[in-house]
Amino acid sequence: MGMTIIVTGAMVAVACGFLGCFLILRRLAMVGDAISHAVLPGIVVAYLFSGSLESVWMLLGAAAFGLLCTFLIQTLSQQGVQHDAAISVTFTFLFAVGVIMISLFARQVHLDLDHVLYGEIAYVPFNTWTLFGWEIGPRAMWIVGAALFLSLVVVGLLYKELKVVTFDPQMAAALGIPVLLIHYVLMGLVSVTTVASFESVGAILVVAMLIVPGATAYLLTDKLEWMLAISAVVGILSSICGYWMALWLDASIAGCMTVAAGLLFILAFLFSPLHGVVTRWLVRRSLRLTTTNGEKNAP
Amino acid sequence: MFSLENIGAHLSDPNTAWVLSGTMLLGLSSGVIGAFAFLRKRSLMGDVLAHAALPGICLAFMLTGTKNSFFFLIGAIITGVLASMAISTITRFSRLKEDTALGLVLSVFFGFGIVLLTQIQHQPNGNQSGLDQFLFGQAASLVGEDVWVMGSVALLLLVITFLFFKEFKLLCFDAGFGRSLGLPMAALDLFLMLLLVVAVVIGLQAAGVVLVAALIVTPAAAARYWTERLDVMLILSALLGGLSGALGTLFSTMGFNFPTGPLIVVAATVVFMLSMVFAPRRGLLAKAWRLSQVRREATRDRILQALYEAREQNEDLVTVESLSSRYAIPSRQLERAVRNLVGEGWLQVKDQAGERMLTATAAGWNAAYETVLHARLTEVWMMHENEVGSTIRDSDTGAVREDIPDELLPELHKLLVLHGREPRWHPNSSKGFEGGMQS
Repeated sequence: MGMTIIVTGAMVAVACGFLGCFLILRRLAMVGDAISHAVLPGIVVAYLFSGSLESVWMLLGAAAFGLLCTFLIQTLSQQGVQHDAAISVTFTFLFAVGVIMISLFARQVHLDLDHVLYGEIAYVPFNTWTLFGWEIGPRAMWIVGAALFLSLVVVGLLYKELKVVTFDPQMAAALGIPVLLIHYVLMGLVSVTTVASFESVGAILVVAMLIVPGATAYLLTDKLEWMLAISAVVGILSSICGYWMALWLDASIAGCMTVAAGLLFILAFLFSPLHGVVTRWLVRRSLRLTTTNGEKNAP
Repeated sequence: MFSLENIGAHLSDPNTAWVLSGTMLLGLSSGVIGAFAFLRKRSLMGDVLAHAALPGICLAFMLTGTKNSFFFLIGAIITGVLASMAISTITRFSRLKEDTALGLVLSVFFGFGIVLLTQIQHQPNGNQSGLDQFLFGQAASLVGEDVWVMGSVALLLLVITFLFFKEFKLLCFDAGFGRSLGLPMAALDLFLMLLLVVAVVIGLQAAGVVLVAALIVTPAAAARYWTERLDVMLILSALLGGLSGALGTLFSTMGFNFPTGPLIVVAATVVFMLSMVFAPRRGLLAKAWRLSQVRREATRDRILQALYEAREQNEDLVTVESLSSRYAIPSRQLERAVRNLVGEGWLQVKDQAGERMLTATAAGWNAAYETVLHARLTEVWMMHENEVGSTIRDSDTGAVREDIPDELLPELHKLLVLHGREPRWHPNSSKGFEGGMQS
């Protein structure tokens, strides 16, 4: 049972962290945050149509609203609204619409705001899927797995383009790469992954998995390939440590996974061999010592 | 349902009156503080501080064991200040950019808050019912005591803003100048951050963690459309915030049983959208109108110039088709401009062998001459901008002004002749073609 939770958490962390690397490098971290809130009305609409939380409709609805959010932010920015204000105005509006819709249809649908926002990874093992009479394992695991698979395939296919667009959008445009299309594909993936992860970790903790592993990896390496790999490792580690911490503290598993990711980030921030605060201080001190010693030894 | 008596009846309900005054005060104070946050490009900070308040509130509850708004405020202020310090530490000592730092701090603090919240829930004496309110906000459950706390804090915020108006103004627009005056700008920045934390925390109870950011930013963003002055913007932002609070509360009490916080946010967003479209000068409609005005003038100048240039080549007729193909003017725009010029009595349209030819009337030739002369004077001035001096440019926008000052004319005329660009035909001269300048 614990294994299921850890694996689901790890898959969420890997799927999000992976996409988060691109968000961080493109300075879109807060857009990721905005998307993870703005998909709420999409979920409600899809739920009203299909009556369940397991359909493809939900992923589509969420992707649609995630893209709408991205589009609105871009439009407002182009109309001269400050970028940070454009993000805030857009996502709070879409989220408010989602909350109103939930309370409006609260009687028809069994959709709990608490559940959507905070998720409960502890229930993942109990909610299993049955296919042709065979029990094929927890539903959430399959959904998150599918989202992970989707982003791996898309990022794998578009890797070169994504890389150019991320580091040099002007050159990408000059090379004839459809920069805007790639941007929307990435945002669509973020929306889908966010929704797929909702059930287990909830909307707000998805943000942690989008940003923290990628930020940790960014401090540890200068190569995109390594950054992606390290963010995955950090995600898996935070899932394991978080679960262990939750057992020890008897507290929310998703919350503990976030805190674990935060602690890993602090470690990287202080001791990263490339960019760590303490590492740089040590290097500077040893340099200073060698120079002063050198001066002393000199005649 | 939306009749005035109904509203009156709702307002006379003491509970609604409390909620209404609470949300309005909230809108007022967060509108004012939000305007500064907006101008400091800290809009997302409201979101971060709202999330970072959760662990503070939980810690305050764990330490004191009471659901007291004042202790919650203290706890939230402490974690809010920690969060903003964490953000500046991360951006200063690592290569992470600000947006990443914001998202990171937001999510980790919130995750920590969730851990604390579940800890409280698992305690045997943990009565956490009041804490959930802070997550989603429940304006409808505001009671007299809450409104008193909120009201006095809001009033305090307004008074402080009034007292520190000049300093905050400097902080927003020219922090370097403030520093040179010997003002402690870093301390002021921290102080403004503190005020923002306070505004966010008193908003939490009504709007909840996610939506309180909207109370901070949206009215300020809306107010920015209407004015270029800070004092006007502050007042407008406060009024729009208060208006959104009142509208949201009224709608939610009128029978639909909607949650108040989200309705306030939607009301604020609608106010923002209306401002974006209808505001004078900065609004979309005003901009579109200005653009069409410029286009119309440009088209008109093009037609007159084309006629004049044809005249210089000793032809006094121009086909409409040649105009549209030569200057790439959309045909509808061109037709409208031609109609207007004919209406003014400057242009005549003649049919010649199935083609529509344009020619000017006497007044039209005069106008064409003036237009061409002005265009060419501007042209040579631009070529020799550095020699002549930049007196023709508007000091604010850097755009070329409409009127050319008289004292520049002789020099510009000399330059025109030098480049052979002087208008070669004067409509009032009987001779028709001339080599020199007449002016």
